[in-house]
Amino acid sequence: MNITALLLSIRLALCVSAILFVVGVPLAYWLAYSRWRWKFLLEAVVALPLVLPPTVLGFYMLLAMGPHGALGKLWYAVFGHGLAFTFAGLVIASVLYSLPFAVQPLIASFETVDRKLLDASAVLGAGRMRTLGRIILPLSVPGIITALVLSFAHTLGEFGVVLMVGGNLAGITRTVSIDIYDRAQSLDYAGASHTALLLLMISFVVLSAVYGVNRRAGRRAWLPWPAK
Amino acid sequence: MVAVAREVSSAALAARVRKAYVGNATPSFLLDLEIEVPSGITILFGASGAGKSTLLDCIAGLTQPDAGRIAMNGDVFFDSEENLNVLPQRRQIAYVFQTLALFPHMTVEANVAYGLRDAPEQARSARVSEILQMFRVEQFRARKPREISGGEKQRVALARSLVTLPRVLLLDEPLTGLDAELKGSIIEDLRAWNAAQKIPILYVTHSREEVDALGERVIALEHGKIVSEGTPREVLDAPRRKRLAQAAGFENLLAGTVLDLREPDGVMRVRLAGAPREIEVPLGHASPGDRVRIAIRAGDILLATEAPRGLSARNVLAGKIASVERRGVIVIARVDCGLIFTVHVTPGAERALELAVEKKVWLVLKTHSCHFVED
Repeated sequence: MNITALLLSIRLALCVSAILFVVGVPLAYWLAYSRWRWKFLLEAVVALPLVLPPTVLGFYMLLAMGPHGALGKLWYAVFGHGLAFTFAGLVIASVLYSLPFAVQPLIASFETVDRKLLDASAVLGAGRMRTLGRIILPLSVPGIITALVLSFAHTLGEFGVVLMVGGNLAGITRTVSIDIYDRAQSLDYAGASHTALLLLMISFVVLSAVYGVNRRAGRRAWLPWPAK
Repeated sequence: MVAVAREVSSAALAARVRKAYVGNATPSFLLDLEIEVPSGITILFGASGAGKSTLLDCIAGLTQPDAGRIAMNGDVFFDSEENLNVLPQRRQIAYVFQTLALFPHMTVEANVAYGLRDAPEQARSARVSEILQMFRVEQFRARKPREISGGEKQRVALARSLVTLPRVLLLDEPLTGLDAELKGSIIEDLRAWNAAQKIPILYVTHSREEVDALGERVIALEHGKIVSEGTPREVLDAPRRKRLAQAAGFENLLAGTVLDLREPDGVMRVRLAGAPREIEVPLGHASPGDRVRIAIRAGDILLATEAPRGLSARNVLAGKIASVERRGVIVIARVDCGLIFTVHVTPGAERALELAVEKKVWLVLKTHSCHFVED
């Protein structure tokens, strides 16, 4: 088993989950409560990674991060090196790729918070930030856990985007899924199966945790494949 | 413009509001009125859909009027001409919703302290204790809202709103579902609090009993407009009483003639106009031959699909279903018993009874659900 690859994957998944929480909460708040008429367009954009082949997303990310892409140029101007085939590039691509897995459960759980509680908070003198922090987030804990866990699990298992954007550099961009692919290609089935089994078990434990938390909260988890 | 520089008493809320209301449950209407609420309790009375809650939402700042001006003692909260709309969190207007909206994840104490974040810790704790005592819910301070009774929740909701020392208090049917005694005692506590604070309190209700019990100034609202204003007696006994009886939730208003009085039984028999039907109603100030009106709430009528027997109710009328219409969580059935009765049942009852047009049904009216209205 390739411990370096596993640790890299876990580090990537942790970074992505943390960033998605910070980015996802305001985005989900806006999507849940805004009355902007063109909101549906942004909703579609956020959901795109659900249906887009990872290679398509990865391809565009690669273009954007390349030496002639806007993101790549910007990164070079700030940090003095390119973005493609680096860990940072991998994080950015993974954040986009896992965005719906963080934002959708957050929207779903924000929307179940009784609007009257938000009105009550406002007439008691609370601004939007305080209402978000004291009312909406505490009442959305199952949704937040779902969002964190799904972003973690989804990032852990991604393949196509990593391959396009990160390539296959040991210790920098070679994640477990790439490692499994490498080993299977070179007929090292034993090595591949150990890592594959571990990934399977992690994914199963993580998803059980999500469904368990949501069941205890008496709610239905938002998942691409809803529980029966 | 109408309300330029109009003199108002020192602690009065003045609101002039126009708002087109497009609801999905109720027909659209235009809220268009001007009210002045002096300190003390003013009752806003009207049927659901009359615009009472929309008016409160406008005053609190949760909904923006299309036009108008809302101000108190020269402090303007909303003025469409000056493009001014103060955020609800800056208005210092307390609002107790019908659903109370207590924060379910916080204790009673944390709920009440929520609006006091600027006060230093010690002062805050003292004020919370004081108001909890005042509303007799001190012993529940460590409990969550789901662990206390309905009446206790209502007291906590009041305490939470009043602890911030608001400039205006808006109450949207805050005491629905409580028995008269409990209601009375909560209202007394509210009056005691306001004896010292003297703020304007706008109390919304659709219940005649509450109007009578609160007994102060009443403004009656119908389809977004003020239809009468005055003491409870003046408003309830106005020539518009027929419509107000409907407003008060009496969907059935039947004309009839008193046949005879049965004083030992406490009832009188009334022959309904338009159909050869007689019903028993509680004894009222009437003599045989008098023309009267009987008001019955649609929710007070029992519906049976077989001829009921062995009932205490004296009034059983056979008829046929004329129409069934589902509106939200109530099903409105119109029953033709020679004259049309409106009956509300739950969707569950509708399924269980398999209600359909032309189905034969029996209506059961409790004598004391038939309210006698002098004509």
